[in-house]
Amino acid sequence: MHRFANPGRFLRLTAKLLPWTVAASILLLAVGLVWGLVFAPPDYQQGESVRIIYVHVPAAWMALFVYTIVAAASASALIWRHPLGDLVARAASPLGCGFTFIALVSGSLWGKPMWGAWWVWDARLTSMLILFFLYLGHMALLGAFDDAERGNKAAAILAIVGFINVPIIKFSVDWWNTLHQGESIFRLGGPTIDPSILIPLMIMALGFTFFFVSLLILRVRSEFLAAKLRGAAAALGR
Amino acid sequence: MDKFRSFLAMGGYAVYVWPAFLVAALVMAGQVATTLRALRRREAALAELEARGPRRAPK
Repeated sequence: MHRFANPGRFLRLTAKLLPWTVAASILLLAVGLVWGLVFAPPDYQQGESVRIIYVHVPAAWMALFVYTIVAAASASALIWRHPLGDLVARAASPLGCGFTFIALVSGSLWGKPMWGAWWVWDARLTSMLILFFLYLGHMALLGAFDDAERGNKAAAILAIVGFINVPIIKFSVDWWNTLHQGESIFRLGGPTIDPSILIPLMIMALGFTFFFVSLLILRVRSEFLAAKLRGAAAALGR
Repeated sequence: MDKFRSFLAMGGYAVYVWPAFLVAALVMAGQVATTLRALRRREAALAELEARGPRRAPK
């Protein structure tokens, strides 16, 4: 149990933050939803279908952001044996998998009316599908061993190696000729999206971020307890 | 009422827009539910363990 002596401070600190992150998440998601669905204008080419952007883009950003966290946490566990690393990786992975799923499904629902296809094997979509499988593989490895430590190690290696996919996803729209549109927000020369859409989009993205942070706090605590339970079970020889 | 109906119609894209939001809502609600359930289950198991055995775990 000595290895988990450290997270105590982290757990206490995040428990204090939790009510604020939950409140921020609820408020931002509520404002973002109403703004995006009701007050934001339709696109001059895409009409009302453009409103899918308010779930698709935040979910896709979170998919990449969470994977980055999983990879960084895995590296900190593997290289520096930071006791929080494995807990964070375990806690975050299923959330990232969910965001990837939302991005894929909402993208498909957007692709059908705009491109005429639910799915195309273009670089952005394919690399995003690979991200989804990386998450699934990571979660499968975590549960594949009787010894949780071995599962942590195997999953951490996968997470770190798989991180190569993150810049590939990010730059896929520049490196390949994709049907998916290019970067329109984080680009040199500023965003090309009009503020009337960009502002509610950013509010939704912040709402997704606080949603993730809130659940991560709860899940790290949960994984901490699970590790404690495993330790107790091992000590009792079960 | 007409305004609300046209809002629901989403300019003809209702069958694409609403499922996208619905899937997001379902996945995120599911994440909240599974997170809270696992946390409560583990808290209960640990409380039971501590009540039963000699106190060996810190806290």
